[in-house]
Amino acid sequence: MTNPNNATITLVHRARFVDGHGLTIPTFRLLKDDGQLYADAAEPVLDRQQALAMYRSMVATRLLDERMLAAQRQGRISFYLQSLGEEAQAVASAAALAPDDMILAQYREQGALLHRGFTLDQFMNQLFSNEDDLGRGRQMPVHYGCRELNFMTISSPLATQIPQATGYAYGQRLAGEAAVTLCYFGEGAASEGDFHAGLNMAAVLKTPVIFFCRNNGYAISTPASEQFVGDGIASRAVGYGIRTLRVDGADTLAVFEATRQARQLMLEEPQPVLIEAMSYRLGAHSSSDDPSGYRSRAEEERWRKRDPIGRYRLWLGHRGWLNEDEDRRHSDGLRRQILEAMKRAEQKHKPPLESLVEDVYAAVPRHLERQLDRLKKQDAANRKRERA
Amino acid sequence: MKQMNLLQAVNNALDLAMARDDTVLCFGEDVGHFGGVFRATSGLQDKYGNDRCFNTPLTEQGIVGFANGLAAKGLKPVAEIQFADYIFPAFDQLVNETAKFRYRSGNQFNVGGLVVRTPYGGGIAGGHYHSQSPEAYFVHTPGLRVLVPRGPVQAKGLLLAAIDCPDPVIFFEPKRLYRAAVAEVDEGHYQLPLDQAEVVRQGSDITLLGWGAQMEYLLNAAELAEGEGISCEVIDLQSLLPWDEDTVVESVLKTGRLLISHEAPLTGGVGAEIAATVQQRCFLYLESPIARVCGLDTPFPLALEKQYMPDQYKILDAIHATMNF
Repeated sequence: MTNPNNATITLVHRARFVDGHGLTIPTFRLLKDDGQLYADAAEPVLDRQQALAMYRSMVATRLLDERMLAAQRQGRISFYLQSLGEEAQAVASAAALAPDDMILAQYREQGALLHRGFTLDQFMNQLFSNEDDLGRGRQMPVHYGCRELNFMTISSPLATQIPQATGYAYGQRLAGEAAVTLCYFGEGAASEGDFHAGLNMAAVLKTPVIFFCRNNGYAISTPASEQFVGDGIASRAVGYGIRTLRVDGADTLAVFEATRQARQLMLEEPQPVLIEAMSYRLGAHSSSDDPSGYRSRAEEERWRKRDPIGRYRLWLGHRGWLNEDEDRRHSDGLRRQILEAMKRAEQKHKPPLESLVEDVYAAVPRHLERQLDRLKKQDAANRKRERA
Repeated sequence: MKQMNLLQAVNNALDLAMARDDTVLCFGEDVGHFGGVFRATSGLQDKYGNDRCFNTPLTEQGIVGFANGLAAKGLKPVAEIQFADYIFPAFDQLVNETAKFRYRSGNQFNVGGLVVRTPYGGGIAGGHYHSQSPEAYFVHTPGLRVLVPRGPVQAKGLLLAAIDCPDPVIFFEPKRLYRAAVAEVDEGHYQLPLDQAEVVRQGSDITLLGWGAQMEYLLNAAELAEGEGISCEVIDLQSLLPWDEDTVVESVLKTGRLLISHEAPLTGGVGAEIAATVQQRCFLYLESPIARVCGLDTPFPLALEKQYMPDQYKILDAIHATMNF
């Protein structure tokens, strides 16, 4: 029996409260810790080139993160967010998309952008906010964005991209495009009003958007146990009437296959999907944070053993697709390229003074022209003072 | 030309915009079949289908977030917030996202074409939560445009221009005038300039400045003052952000006096910003301090609404005080 409000009505005559814990959502996993497939698992359709490209993007993400975290410690950039332990989530999900699919990210998904072809120079220009930064030096490091690669510029306020993804996907559906939108966010962001607004609207308006939740256990220092009660984030999507899949976020093959199938579902019939990827944020939240103050080394060690790159490397090895010498040479070369790109970016100029008042509006309005004129005179006078 | 009230002018503008450009979408709470609580979107769903004119769940932050995404995709969303009093759940999406999309992305992405329409202001016995004038919060936000039409002709011309504008616009509609203001309106597609104030009455003794529903009171006060031999120049600002400094300054240089009136509370209101700028640019020409006739620094009341609102008599008294300084 169904009422007009889409709720199923089954009559009972004794009060029976439903316990949300009764809804347990299983986790989709293909690879065992030793890199072998589970006996009843179907291997995703992946050729050697694709499989290696994902591997290389994950390794490159980790090397970039290591180097830039060190650069932050040396005071060369003001801020950084690493994605240690979560590389598979961003890279394998992005790998399952088509280039026309739009990505709205939170942060910690540099792997997705890297896999799409953002160059080391482009990363560095943003991190050093120089004149070649696509964002023109206006946001903190790691707020990447690239029109050409269909990667919406990241903003700091949490979860705001979630209803935006719903709107973007509605536009894709209306235009009849065979494209979807993928929206990343952490389990912490799922407490914001925008999460509920965005999911509910997507469900009601049937927009082809993949909500990709990285449940990595911590929102800065607050553990998931202090953020929500119930069966993770996935159970909420079920409540909204959204198709939902929980996946092992450290299993590259499972993340790829989950995203591929989600995309396929929504191309057949426009509707949102939520994927909750279970993992662990092995590093600090950001370069401003020290996790030793809120969690144990033993806990971190347990998760370090489940490193997504290690498990995937074993699978590639079993497949005979990875040559260790070649792999090492590739990584060494990459380290060099990262250093070179960093040096190039450091030497570039800041964006010009005019860029302060540009892009606030499509054209610079009169009052901003006046403010810029005053500023230019002041700036010239200040330079003169400094020289004197 | 056709007689239209302000609501019909808004409806006519939306109709023309949707007919001309199929990327224009109208949505919000009860906006679909019902036509919105004030019926501004009446008939649009029948004409343009459920995909282009539709209801959303009751979530202002969702509506504006959704509109941001649509506009970033290149569509032209015209989102309705049922009452301006309810715009605050969408505040973050508007001031942190809508306003900064172009800037923070280095012009790679923008939400030009986005319009948020919302009825504002008192005088309808709406009381608390149905009568506020929150324009000052948005005028403080670079990247937004804030418009307030004073009548049907302006509502249509400004709304059509807003939909075509490459910047996001918040469009405050004076709901007291929805049915009360009637005028001859051109039935065709026309647009009014988006950053230009209009001198609606010439005068030489004092400049009266306002916008939206306040214009009616300013014009009434000017009429009363005229009877006493005081010549008032009356200016409708129309666009509060960016605002047309030059037209206002030019007028004050001529009259030597300025009175600003708005329904929103006095402190931190848009009037304060205008007074500061005019004082700086016209200091040696001013014959008296710049006067402000505004709402009280209280929440908007119900029972004492008439006393709370700035009206022609409060304005007339302030004209006297300014003339006799």
